[in-house]
Amino acid sequence: MSRFEAEFKGRLGNFEVDVSFTLPQTGITALFGPSGCGKTTILRCIAGLTQLEGNLVVDGKSWQDSSNFLPTHRRPIGYVFQDANLFPHLSVRRNLEYGLKRIQNTQKTKLWEEITEMLGLEALLDREPSRLSGGEKQRVAIGRALLSAPEILLMDEPLSALDRFSKMEILPYLQRLHLDLKVPIVYVSHDLQEIEQLADWMILLEKGHVIAQGSISGLLANPQLPLARLPEAAVILEGSMQDFDSKYCLSKIAVNGGSLTLSQNLGVVGSRHRLRILAREVGIAKSWQDGDASFLNVLSAIIVDIQPFGEQQATVFLRLGKQANGDALLARITRKSCDVLQLKKGDEVKALIKSVGLMGVPTVDQAG
Amino acid sequence: MWEATKLTLKLAFVTTLLLLILGTPIAWWLSRSKSFIKEIIGTLVALPLVLPPTVLGFYLLLLLSPQGNFGSWLSEVFGSPFPFSFKGLVVGSVIYSLPFVVQPIRNSFEAIGEHSLEAAASLRASPFDVFFSIALPLARPGILTGSVLGFAHTVGEFGVILMLGGNIPGETKVLSVAIYDYVESLQWEKAHVLAGGMIGFSFCVILATTLIERHWREKRS
Repeated sequence: MSRFEAEFKGRLGNFEVDVSFTLPQTGITALFGPSGCGKTTILRCIAGLTQLEGNLVVDGKSWQDSSNFLPTHRRPIGYVFQDANLFPHLSVRRNLEYGLKRIQNTQKTKLWEEITEMLGLEALLDREPSRLSGGEKQRVAIGRALLSAPEILLMDEPLSALDRFSKMEILPYLQRLHLDLKVPIVYVSHDLQEIEQLADWMILLEKGHVIAQGSISGLLANPQLPLARLPEAAVILEGSMQDFDSKYCLSKIAVNGGSLTLSQNLGVVGSRHRLRILAREVGIAKSWQDGDASFLNVLSAIIVDIQPFGEQQATVFLRLGKQANGDALLARITRKSCDVLQLKKGDEVKALIKSVGLMGVPTVDQAG
Repeated sequence: MWEATKLTLKLAFVTTLLLLILGTPIAWWLSRSKSFIKEIIGTLVALPLVLPPTVLGFYLLLLLSPQGNFGSWLSEVFGSPFPFSFKGLVVGSVIYSLPFVVQPIRNSFEAIGEHSLEAAASLRASPFDVFFSIALPLARPGILTGSVLGFAHTVGEFGVILMLGGNIPGETKVLSVAIYDYVESLQWEKAHVLAGGMIGFSFCVILATTLIERHWREKRS
């Protein structure tokens, strides 16, 4: 049973919000959808900053039902706003202490040391918020939220106000948060690539309704959802380091239903990695002989669906492995190739992968 | 002459203090409330801006007069009637200067916006706590401006005081009334000392306020 169950209903602008969802115990859940679909409103409802009708149960405790509504300051949340919202009249140190002072916790010193170290805040402590860069501000805001010892961390597009450089600077911290933090994170974003880098779960929203929720890799490759119909459609694969070829500097990562080769040293055998493969970087061959072409990554797969994409192209939904029980993969090819190869559901094919993106830090596309 | 100056400063200090205690919560409520009543209260607070002081003084005189129900109740509670007393001047000044204090404070509360207040609430601060730890410190420039305007406006008050307090030395005879008296009795020298002093005083106060505000602004950016 999930420890977090939410249900909200109400009017928002020109459409009705009517959502119900659960959250897993840990990990990052992305609230994703186009602008104005109600993502931020839902996050604010969880925080109690906006009040719609509904029910919200966290750890068996009701935060909201028909007869009671717990005000924001009584909810053990951490909220990271789009534009940091640091208190301008307090130094970084006193901003960070603001929430810490107001909680009952016996291990405040330990918490302080952990968080400031994790987010690299020591050097900023005596500065004024106005003297921080955008990325630094957001790091302080995240630290401030975490220092109030939240049971759930809510993040409202924390990167959207930042330039590319600041984003690159802060992403590693977010990824570390993801690994180190024991509390669930709800992450609102309209940037799919950001979500692909960070999230484990996704709640897909459209005009105030949940159209799907589940693991991010499952949703990205679902033929019924609009995600696979985006120009930048991609899949996320998780795998562990299997082998390193020092002669060519190639790492072999085992995923479910095959293995992928990246021309980069990814560290020790057994380490986990998240990989992203864009649909347009995948080609399809009916047959394949080793040594016929320069592709390093050629995987056996079964076609599970084919959908047209625009006038000239098609999206082919694949499952790795000969029994179609491995990870999902998307291939975007021309309709002409589709016809020439006479592709249809159930066919066994070879997926030729031009490049595999590594969703770690630094984010570099690796030619395969 | 010194008596009038002392009395004026005392009146201005007491009035400003009361205005801050009374005006700050009103300004907070006006800046936060979404109800329609807020517009009515806001209008009432602003009325002294446009009313001739004599009108205000006239009605206050009637209201506070021990012949009336409210006035007689007040004089019983406080031991003596309000009109033609220092207490009466304080009441008149507070009402007359209220908009000069409420408006700047309200503006700076509104300038804080929702963001900082919501962030504070998300960090476990109760509304009361948010008011003292975030709203008040951030509204400091408005509170300073409000205090200075309230103080200065009280120092320069004439009409309401004449209607309500008359001209009793040491009790209700403030600077502006004293200047008027000196001019009426052709003691121009004395009038000059007081009037010139007021100009110098006002200049210093406004300059000091501007410099303090500038210092705060620079510190923050």
